[in-house]
Amino acid sequence: MALTASQRLVKPAVAMAMLGPWLWLGYLIFLETVQSGTGLGGDPVEGLLHYLGEWSLIVLLCAFSVTPLQRQLGWAILIPSRRMVGLFAFAFVLFHAIVYAVFYVELDGRLLLQEVAERPYITLGMGSLLVLTLLAITSTRGWQRRLGRRWKALHRWVYLAVPLALAHLLWLRKDGYADVALYTLWAGLMAGERVYAWRSRLRKTPT
Amino acid sequence: MLIRKPPAIPNSEITPEQIYRDRRRFMTAGAAGLATAALSPILQAGLQPDDTVTPESIVTQYNNFYEFGTDKSDPAAYAHEMTTDPWTVTVSGEANKTGEFAFEDIIKGLDVEERIYRFRCVEAWSMVVPWMGIPLKDVLAQFEPTGNAKFVEFETLYRPDEMRGQRGFFSSIDWPYVEGLRLDEAYHPLTLMVTGLYGKELPNQNGAPWRLMVPWKYGFKSIKSIVSIRFTEREPVNTWKQLQASEYGFYANVNPKVSHPRWSQASERRLPNSLFSSNRMPTLMFNGYEEEVGHLYAGMDLRKYY
Repeated sequence: MALTASQRLVKPAVAMAMLGPWLWLGYLIFLETVQSGTGLGGDPVEGLLHYLGEWSLIVLLCAFSVTPLQRQLGWAILIPSRRMVGLFAFAFVLFHAIVYAVFYVELDGRLLLQEVAERPYITLGMGSLLVLTLLAITSTRGWQRRLGRRWKALHRWVYLAVPLALAHLLWLRKDGYADVALYTLWAGLMAGERVYAWRSRLRKTPT
Repeated sequence: MLIRKPPAIPNSEITPEQIYRDRRRFMTAGAAGLATAALSPILQAGLQPDDTVTPESIVTQYNNFYEFGTDKSDPAAYAHEMTTDPWTVTVSGEANKTGEFAFEDIIKGLDVEERIYRFRCVEAWSMVVPWMGIPLKDVLAQFEPTGNAKFVEFETLYRPDEMRGQRGFFSSIDWPYVEGLRLDEAYHPLTLMVTGLYGKELPNQNGAPWRLMVPWKYGFKSIKSIVSIRFTEREPVNTWKQLQASEYGFYANVNPKVSHPRWSQASERRLPNSLFSSNRMPTLMFNGYEEEVGHLYAGMDLRKYY
């Protein structure tokens, strides 16, 4: 399928948008190193951790929204960017976990294992990371070919990664659930669209 | 402006800034005879050799005060919307002198002392803060609690039009915020009613015009912007216990051996920290005040009474 000039611009534009939070983070880290407490707040390690966590979820939900948007609004133009958005989400989640292990727990192996095992929200978050790692590794064309029909089934595991990430946030919150409610609504709409699309497909194919 | 009786000379004005920031030099200064008169033994109780005072900018900009929002930066941003003058405190319950009192009248004639305390949040971060305040005992004694008074219960101001966190639809807290102490804990000489910070008037985000400070307990016990003091026979139900009793108890003594479902309490991250060093250190029993307060809990199962 030949792309028009404007269609060719969509993917770089999406990439630029996805780079935005990273550039902003670079600016915050710059402020933080110039004067402590200015860029990432009074507890910079936690500030960085929460920043990456928040964007992990947002970008993951963006990736989760590409297919429904294409189906309902005809935004087929987004499909070539889908894998890239998913990989951006993975990058955020991976950095979130690395910052947790390196800066927060300071690579204390015993503490890390104890935290992952004993804190349900960390267990859930790690579960989501594990699923996304598997999806990121198998996102190449080579793996797509090798896995054939099973590739699509494997990548449906994103349906597990999204609720795990939401549960991770909900569980760690002590109070103040406005953003959790917003993200859950967003994920719910996109999941609902999938159920709707699946049911209409069932109706169209006579058994 | 409300005039709160300041101490004759705040220690922060006697003690040079750098000494203020570094306890080891603080001690050297003491040995050199500088400001020794200001150093009562209680001022340094519980402080550890490596403890240094957390910068004022962090103490006043990194706060948990959910009445103004759940983000740590919300209180510094929105607490100025709260009016603290006039400030009325209702005293009720098992005491001879009950009723409504103006804040200034309660603290009139009481001596304000400076105390440098370790402060440990249940979220596993900690600070060292130079508070100014009145021993709670001195505040409470004037109301003449009766023999029935076994506990004291405090309430924070409830004023949704000035405290935006209380208007939130997505909050599950049943305002006003309630905390309490056993009367012997309240009468312990370390327990302070704080009216100032860093030698200045207490900023709104830190709980103006006065807040509790119980250094051996997790920070959520140290209730802010208090408008009600009630002497009770029964143990008060504090807000966090009411919200999640499996996670937060009435006592909330700092205890590295009793893990919280959300945070390991074995260690803490001391502020200030930097991106590349989270400044993690072991948490001490009763936050380092075991010698002073351990006897209050003799024979109690601290796993059960967490």
